[in-house]
Amino acid sequence: MTLPLPGELLPKMAAELQTYLADRRIDTPHFIGIRTGGVWVAQALLEQMGRDDKMGVLDVSFYRDDFTQNGLHPQVQPSELPFAIEGEHLVLIDDVLMSGRTIRAALNELFDYGRPASVTLVCLLDLNARELPIRPDIVGATLALGDDQRIKLSGPAPLALELQTLSAS
Amino acid sequence: MPKDVMRSLQLNDQGQLRHFLSLDNLPGALLTEILDTADSFLEVGARAVKKVPLLRGKTVCNVFFENSTRTRTTFELAAQRLSADVISLNVSTSSTSKGETLFDTLRNLEAMAADMFVVRHSDSGAAHFIAEHVCPNVAIINGGDGRHAHPTQGMLDMLTIRRHKGQFENLSVAIVGDILHSRVARSNMLALKALGCPDIRVIGPKTLLPVGVEQYGVRVYNDLSEGLKDVDVVIMLRLQRERMQGGLLPSEGEFYRLYGLTEQRLRHAKPDAIVMHPGPINRGVEIESAVADGPQSVILNQVTYGIAIRMAVLSMAMSGQTAQRQMNQDAEEHA
Repeated sequence: MTLPLPGELLPKMAAELQTYLADRRIDTPHFIGIRTGGVWVAQALLEQMGRDDKMGVLDVSFYRDDFTQNGLHPQVQPSELPFAIEGEHLVLIDDVLMSGRTIRAALNELFDYGRPASVTLVCLLDLNARELPIRPDIVGATLALGDDQRIKLSGPAPLALELQTLSAS
Repeated sequence: MPKDVMRSLQLNDQGQLRHFLSLDNLPGALLTEILDTADSFLEVGARAVKKVPLLRGKTVCNVFFENSTRTRTTFELAAQRLSADVISLNVSTSSTSKGETLFDTLRNLEAMAADMFVVRHSDSGAAHFIAEHVCPNVAIINGGDGRHAHPTQGMLDMLTIRRHKGQFENLSVAIVGDILHSRVARSNMLALKALGCPDIRVIGPKTLLPVGVEQYGVRVYNDLSEGLKDVDVVIMLRLQRERMQGGLLPSEGEFYRLYGLTEQRLRHAKPDAIVMHPGPINRGVEIESAVADGPQSVILNQVTYGIAIRMAVLSMAMSGQTAQRQMNQDAEEHA
């Protein structure tokens, strides 16, 4: 399988996001990346759009639904939202959308900070493996992976996608 | 198997925290992980909604056989901010006074499906005993046992130092006062050592220093001004009058004259040194009010950091204990 190049997906995503926001008359959105890959994608996207907004960063470790199975992520870092979100339009950005559970956790966390006017979801890749009714508004590319395959994003510069195969054990 | 015997009671088979009983033999990397996790929880404490859903549906019991306000309250708040259900029992005023044993009290709480006990007891080793013999499948957190250990206090002191000084590698830290009766001092010496602090000093009168305290890798001073010279951090200890059995001190006035931290004495430390105290403070016994309320004091920050540390320890131990139960279950199914 040939993987798309993030550098080629980003201009299209940026243009689609501009149109999407303009259609909804959202002039001053706030951008929030989900740690770690989503933050890299958000940075690249902002650059592509020629914006130098202060970006928010979410670490959803405290909101994950697999705590009892997988425990606490050992490298949890603080979330940083350098703006109030009450009544604001947010653009939430992640690298790979798979089950949708990370986005569920991110939305729950965001609502603990306040009640946003809207949340637009942007993902670099959609793996078409959703387990929850969560869909991206803007997506770079959609792929279908085998059960034993995973995608990993490396970054922040350059952004690159890598296909990993889980070992049979 | 020898490996199993060697494995510390506090860690599960994957080396994750399972009980938090003392800082003895815990690797520096694990202590750093606790500090990093607590840093993230500090941010939660600054939000409008100071709550995350991590321990939703779990039950935390604070079982206090010895009085405490600050430790119990911050453990309660920590558990509540993790969305756990919390009950606090002041056992010194309940069933044990009707003759129930420690063993029976805890077995009853276990039957109520508690997932975690925070235990404070005046006997050294009480938390360890419970983790080993009474309730191995409930995560046990030591909230202070006798003169032995107060590991969450030790870790909140480390978080305070790291947040104000950034690191441990170039620091001189002085622990001052009643070292002999202080579980806080023991936990601090162990934590500082594990985190790589090169210069740990203990300062106090000979009667309040434990025999062989040098084994902790500390330098011992009997003169306060000399011991404070150029230190970055001063940790004052409370004079534990309730643990003292006669003859160790001529008088409190005498102690203050020699070991009380006054503005004048603090000048021997570095100008940007911070002053810490686990509380409750005895003004005019071990510390002058001008110092306790002064610009170098971080005593109230310690209380704030204490909640974050306790959130970190509660969530990490709950996670390690749950993982261990899962591993045991899998092993049984394969057997």
